[in-house]
Amino acid sequence: MTLGIDLQGSFVDALTGLGLPAGAAKASWLPLPMTLILIAATVSIFVTVWLERKISAAAQQRIGPEFAGPLGVLQAAADGLKLLVKEDITPAKTDPWLFTLGPAIVVIPVFLSFLVVPFGQNMVITDLGVGIFLWIALSSVTPIGLLMAGYSSNNKYSLLGGLRAAAQSISYEIPLALAVLAVVMMSNSLSTVDIVNQQAGYGILGWNIWRQPIGFLIFWIAALAECERLPFDLPEAEEELVAGYQTEYSGMRFGLFYVGSYVNLVLSALLVAVLYLGGWELPVSIGAIASVIGVSESTPWLQIVAAAAGIFMTLAKAYLLVFIAILLRWTVPRVRIDQLLDLGWKFLLPIALVNLLVTAALKLTFPIAFGG
Amino acid sequence: MNLAEGVQIVSFGILSLMVIGAALGVVLLSNIVHSAFLLGMVFASISGLYILLNAGFVAAAQILVYVGAVNILILFGIMLVNKQQDFVPLPNAWLGKLATAAVCGGLFALLSTMVLGTTWAISTEAAAGDGSVVLIGMHLFSDFLLPFELASVLLLIALVGAIILARREFIPDEQPGDPQPEGLKLPERPRDLVAVGSAPPDGDA
Repeated sequence: MTLGIDLQGSFVDALTGLGLPAGAAKASWLPLPMTLILIAATVSIFVTVWLERKISAAAQQRIGPEFAGPLGVLQAAADGLKLLVKEDITPAKTDPWLFTLGPAIVVIPVFLSFLVVPFGQNMVITDLGVGIFLWIALSSVTPIGLLMAGYSSNNKYSLLGGLRAAAQSISYEIPLALAVLAVVMMSNSLSTVDIVNQQAGYGILGWNIWRQPIGFLIFWIAALAECERLPFDLPEAEEELVAGYQTEYSGMRFGLFYVGSYVNLVLSALLVAVLYLGGWELPVSIGAIASVIGVSESTPWLQIVAAAAGIFMTLAKAYLLVFIAILLRWTVPRVRIDQLLDLGWKFLLPIALVNLLVTAALKLTFPIAFGG
Repeated sequence: MNLAEGVQIVSFGILSLMVIGAALGVVLLSNIVHSAFLLGMVFASISGLYILLNAGFVAAAQILVYVGAVNILILFGIMLVNKQQDFVPLPNAWLGKLATAAVCGGLFALLSTMVLGTTWAISTEAAAGDGSVVLIGMHLFSDFLLPFELASVLLLIALVGAIILARREFIPDEQPGDPQPEGLKLPERPRDLVAVGSAPPDGDA
């Protein structure tokens, strides 16, 4: 197992070579990956919004945005600009503090979760030991922001929407966590980097989706519900609740909800890619490619190509999932709130438990294939 | 003092201030919803202290359990019970407040003497850090098995109790016009009756 390129190590070495103390060199490295990921996450919103508009249009046999930039790629920027310059309305008798804090609390955990998303062996902001568990913990904070927004808006639709959103995310967190637990059990680690490494070596055949097909489906359904994507977008069901907890929001505060939901979709897709689709691994393992073209795996140019391919693969897998999510939006009708809770508690939860049990049994029986 | 220690001391100060400030807010604010949200902030700040102690798993668990579950449950409880009741000023309320202050002050003094009087044996071993997940698991399934199982039984009892309280099986057949007995009603604000089938407002076809 090669370690791949270590940008942090090289950067710190270069700075200490220039005469900086080691601590200062390391501290000056810290903001770089954070800024990069923050920018990447923000850009991913534009890409996802454009994809959503174009694919939705294709699904409905329209053309979609056309005039803002080539193929309408600047449409999301135009939308964002519109939200920025819109009047920021605070309705009468709202709770001004909670009204402002609500959207922020929804968005911050989503961006924080990018801490543990790996794009390569060393291309992760921090390889935490609690890794994927941090994401589960952070995503459980979001309902507080939703409740805050719903409560402070002084609107019954908002309050109902906020309560629904909180109930939905609490219900689907449990099957989500159980599906993750089965993967963690196979890789003997919570760290996202270890989870990907456990899938490495056999190319596409080693990916967790073959060993955890049920877990993959449970995770994907629960992740869609956590993102409030369409079959499960009850908190803002237009026919019933106007726009749920977003009803009274306008301008950039509404924009924050918008940003939060799209970044959350990309984040969930990235994590599905990491947990079940082999993360940055190529469909054919890099070792096999190296032996075919007859160079050592530690050749510098091969490592750079492999790192670039890794980032590309992670993003490609994530955006394939985003594409599926958008198609699902236009093909699956919205469920009712009671059907939603039934699906979560009476169907996904027992299946996730059985999946966990079966994984444990398989791990004991075939320790080679299931990470003994 | 190097950079890391400085950052640790500053963050410890900020986190402690946040814990104390938010906890005071929980007690002193008159709006119960604000108190509940501030409670979430107390829990989150305590999780920050755990991170400073190099206990990442405990910190994440603190967020997941206390902020993500307990605090949301409290908020749900507050928001679903819309009991509107005017606050009646009690006669001799200062007496109760005095007693509360005395009890709290006594507790504080007791705890302070305990904290100051104990000679704390600070472990010289390195913190488990990322390995703590394995250690905690080992303890939960060996020497802490019984407390762990007892806690789960306690949760089960609470769950069963909540279900029994929430489902009202004995709802008598309601006669139209028969006033519902007071005990079976959820406390709700009286609301205006809307005439069913009346003409819709203009332009609403």
